Order: sequence, then structure tokens, then C-alpha cells
Amino acid sequence: MTTPSSSPINAAPATRERDRYEIAHLKLVPKRHIGRTISAAVVIILLLALIRAFSVGQIEWSYVRDFLFAPVILQGLINTLIMTVAAMAIGIVLGVLSAVMRISGNPVLSWISVGYVWIFRGAPALLQLMLWFNLALIFPTLGIPGLFEFRTVDIMTPFVAAMLGLGISQGAYTSEVVRSGLLSVDSGQYEAARTIGMTQMKMLRRIVLPQAMRVMVPPIGNEVIGMVKLTSLASVIQFTEILHNAQVIYYANTRVLELLLVASFWYLVVVTILSVGQQRIERYFGRGSKSIRASV
Amino acid sequence: MSKDILVKAIDVSKKFDAFQALDKVNMEVARGEVACIIGPSGSGKSTFLRCINLLERMDGGAIWVNDELMGYRRDGNNLHELSDAEISRQRRRIGMVFQRFNLFPHKTAVENIFEGPVQVLGENPKEARDHALSLLERVGLADKANHYPSELSGGQQQRVAIARAMGMRPELILFDEPTSALDPELVSEVLDVMRNLASSGMTMIVVTHELGFARNVANTVTFMETGKVVETGPASQVLTTPASARTAEFIRAVHN
Ligand SMILES: Nc1ncnc2c1ncn2[C@@H]1O[C@H](COP(=O)(O)OP(=O)(O)O)[C@@H](O)[C@H]1O
Ligand SMILES: [Mg+2]
Repeated sequence: MTTPSSSPINAAPATRERDRYEIAHLKLVPKRHIGRTISAAVVIILLLALIRAFSVGQIEWSYVRDFLFAPVILQGLINTLIMTVAAMAIGIVLGVLSAVMRISGNPVLSWISVGYVWIFRGAPALLQLMLWFNLALIFPTLGIPGLFEFRTVDIMTPFVAAMLGLGISQGAYTSEVVRSGLLSVDSGQYEAARTIGMTQMKMLRRIVLPQAMRVMVPPIGNEVIGMVKLTSLASVIQFTEILHNAQVIYYANTRVLELLLVASFWYLVVVTILSVGQQRIERYFGRGSKSIRASV
Repeated sequence: MSKDILVKAIDVSKKFDAFQALDKVNMEVARGEVACIIGPSGSGKSTFLRCINLLERMDGGAIWVNDELMGYRRDGNNLHELSDAEISRQRRRIGMVFQRFNLFPHKTAVENIFEGPVQVLGENPKEARDHALSLLERVGLADKANHYPSELSGGQQQRVAIARAMGMRPELILFDEPTSALDPELVSEVLDVMRNLASSGMTMIVVTHELGFARNVANTVTFMETGKVVETGPASQVLTTPASARTAEFIRAVHN
């Protein structure tokens, strides 16, 4: 609203109206993000302080450099990766099986699934791993009597015990991830798959699971990354993963911090690569759906 | 019996807990004919369609499709429930088109159509794809073959869904309010496809509120209310000179 006193009396009302809505010539002043500037400054100051602490602290960087690519460390890294893949594979297979059993409508299968999740989520992974490793105390031999039999201590190597302990307890968590994925698929999809004559198994494999994957990939990616680090528990039962090997070295040379930094470096590298891989997988399973991105 | 009866339903009943959704529904559909089912919301139309292809389990009565008893195998004086695999086999020859399309969102239009032929019927993928493309052409969507459902309008999605049902080379297609989820201007493109399908001799059971379609395309119209068949007969007769006052009232209400 312009008042008569503030506008030229002889200007035509139509022109004034147009001027008021003509904004193309005005200069655009971007919104100020003062909060961002301040927080960035705080972060930079803290980082600089941290770098200073590390450089003046009692760390011999030459040890970090020398051991970064030491064969023992690299072998430990490889064992960590193998254990991650093996335990996660068991976890995903058991998780999918358990989730499918849970929603199968068969009360026996459903209760087996509930029991499995209850037991194996109920005890710490470290404890489970130690139970497997000491299985010989309950079952001295394994096998079918008369047909074949093994001494349990021969089978339950640190690798096998860690793989079972980590994989089976992981499956109990992954089961819930898979189940929420299955529940996220619209019932119309199940019906459409049935009306083209698919059996239950084919429907799950071809129609339901691929759609559930979109929901399942972020939490499973999270679990894989968690598993990379969880494998360090296996050092307790003498499995030669990277943290175990770093410890073996620092027991000998007492360069504790240097070797822990070496191990941290490799964990970070692996996790970074996995995070990038996760984004790709998400993109693959998100095909056909409009991407949702929070925008502020 | 002069006509070749494809679908025969006798005394089909269905309860959801204490609620009687279907109460002794009888129906016959001849091969090559179009049967429309009309009736107010909640009258059991969808439930009846879903009993035909065993998406819903009936509590009483029986349905034969092409002289095959649905859901059971007769063995002397015993009726045996069919296994998952046998039920899947019975469903293959019965297509279904849903109100909400239910296309597979992770598959393109053409993949939606040849999924069943390849995975269920074991057709050669190359031939199934060619057949799927010819079906897309038939529903006027040849140029959308590689689009995902999310990239298609509602009317286009429903036409792909019809092509998907046709891809299984069914002898019967069930339509459950195929145009009810569509914007008004998209209804006719779907009805046109259905009309063409009917004139090609496909047997169709169509639940719809499109009385114009029923009058022009259907051979028979059945009016259902509260789980019962109130009236059934030739389309022109039921729609213009209904025998039941309830039918007349419903038709008047839909027209307004
Ligand atoms: N799964 C179900 N559980 C309980 N009630 C249901 C279920 N499906 C349908 N019904 C009820 O059965 C009645 C008939 O439903 P429906 O066949 O969908 O009717 P229509 O398709 O004619 O609108 C409705 O009252 C509905 O609430
Ligand atoms: Mg309905």
C-alpha cells in the first residue's frame, strides 16, 4: 500500500502498480548462514589442536609408517576381511531364512525363528564366540556316531569358532532387518505375484525381496560396517585378524599407540570403501522408485 | 445347457470373523462373455472375485473354472486341499487387474509383462519379450516399454497391468474396479482397452461403477448387496428395467 504523500501525485496508478512488482533489476543478497560459519570455525580450531597434540605427543611416526604395510599387518587385514565376509554371509543367510520362517504362516517355523532371535540376541557376541571355541567341553566329538566323527578341538579352530559366533549372532539381528523389509512391501505386490501364478518361494525371490532390499540395504550396510570392527573380538580367541597382529607386534616392541594407529588407519580405509559400495547398491535397488531426499 | 460355461460358482460363502461377507453367491459366466458385477461398497464384490482365484479362502460353496474345481482335488468321496504349487498352477490361467494397479515397481513396463511368462510358464525370454512388446503395442504403450511404473500415469499403469494379465495367455481376466483409482480424464483410455479385449473374445468378470461400460460391453450384469446376489440377467434388462427395487435405486444413485 502506497500512501499518496509518499508517491508522486502525477504518476499514473497503473505504472506504480507495475513498478511494485518489477524486481528483476534488484540485487540479490544471499541468506547469511552465521551458524555455519561459527561452527566451521570451532571445528577447525579443535582439529588444529588435535593435530598439535598428536604431533607433540609421544608418538614415533616413523613406526606408524614402517608398520603400515608390514606383512603381518597386511595378513591381519586380509583375515579381518575374510572373517567379515564369512560371518556376514552366514548372518544374512540366517537372517533371511529366519525372517521368511517368521512370516511364513507356519506356526512351527515361526516359533523356531522367534526362539533363534531370542537366544542369540540375548548374549554378548564375545561370550558366544567363546562358547563356540570351548564347544569341546560339552561335545568332545562331532559327527554321526559310526559314520564319521571328529574331535571337536580339531574342527573348532579360532577361525571356525569366530565365524560361527559372529555369524549366528549377526543372523539374529539381520532377521529383524529382513523382516521389516518384507513388511515394507505392499500387500498388493504379494497378490499381484500370486495372480500370475508364482509359488511362495518364487514370489519372495523375484518380487518381494528385491523390493524389500531398498529398505534393507542401509541397515545391512550398517551391519557390515559394524562387523568389520566386531571381528576384532576374535583376537580374544587367538584369531589372527588385524588387531590381534598389531597387539602381537606391540607386545614385542612396546609401540602401543603407533600400532593402534596403524590398525585404525586400515579399519577406516575399509569402512570408507564399504560406505561407497553401499551407496552404489542402494542406487541399484532404488531403481524404479523416485528418490527421496530430505531438503531444507 | 447350450452355452459353454467357463466359470461356475455355487453357494459361495465367506465370513470374516462373525461378519458374513458372502452369503451363498451363485454365478455363471459363459466363455467369451463379459459379466459385470455392480453394487454398493462393502457388498462383497471384491471378496467374490478373490475367491475365484483363491486369493481369499471360501468357507462354503465351490467354484469351477473350465470344469476344474478351484482349491481342491476330488478323490472319490474326499476333497483334498491343494498344495501351494497346485494352487499356483490353477491361478496361471486367471488374470487379475487391481484397482491400485499393483505393478512391480522395480521392473519396467515390459519386464512386468514377461516376468510371469518367463518365470512361471517357462517361456523363452526372447520370445516372451517380443510377445510382451506386442501386448504393449496393443494397449497403446509401445513407446513406454522401458519406463518404470513410477514414470507412468495411472491410466498408463493400468493398461500395463492389463497387458501383464494378458501376457499369461489367460482364459479369464478378473477386473476389480479397474478405473476407480484413476483421474476422470484417464478412465476412458482404460475402458477402451477393456472394450477391445472383450471384442477379441476374452472372458471377463468386471466389478465396476461404470454403468455405461456395463451397458455397452457386458453380456450380463449382476447386482450384489450385503454379500448376496440380488439380481442377475442380461445387461440391458438389469440396467434399464431392473426387477428389484434395490437395483433400480442403486442405478439411480450411481447416475447422480
Ligand atoms: N480381510 C478382511 N477382513 C475383514 N473384513 C473384510 C476383509 N476383506 C473384506 N472385508 C469386509 O467384507 C465386506 C465386503 O468387502 P469387499 O468384498 O471388499 O466389498 P466391495 O468390493 O463390494 O466393496 C466389507 O464389509 C469389508 O469390510
Ligand atoms: Mg472392492
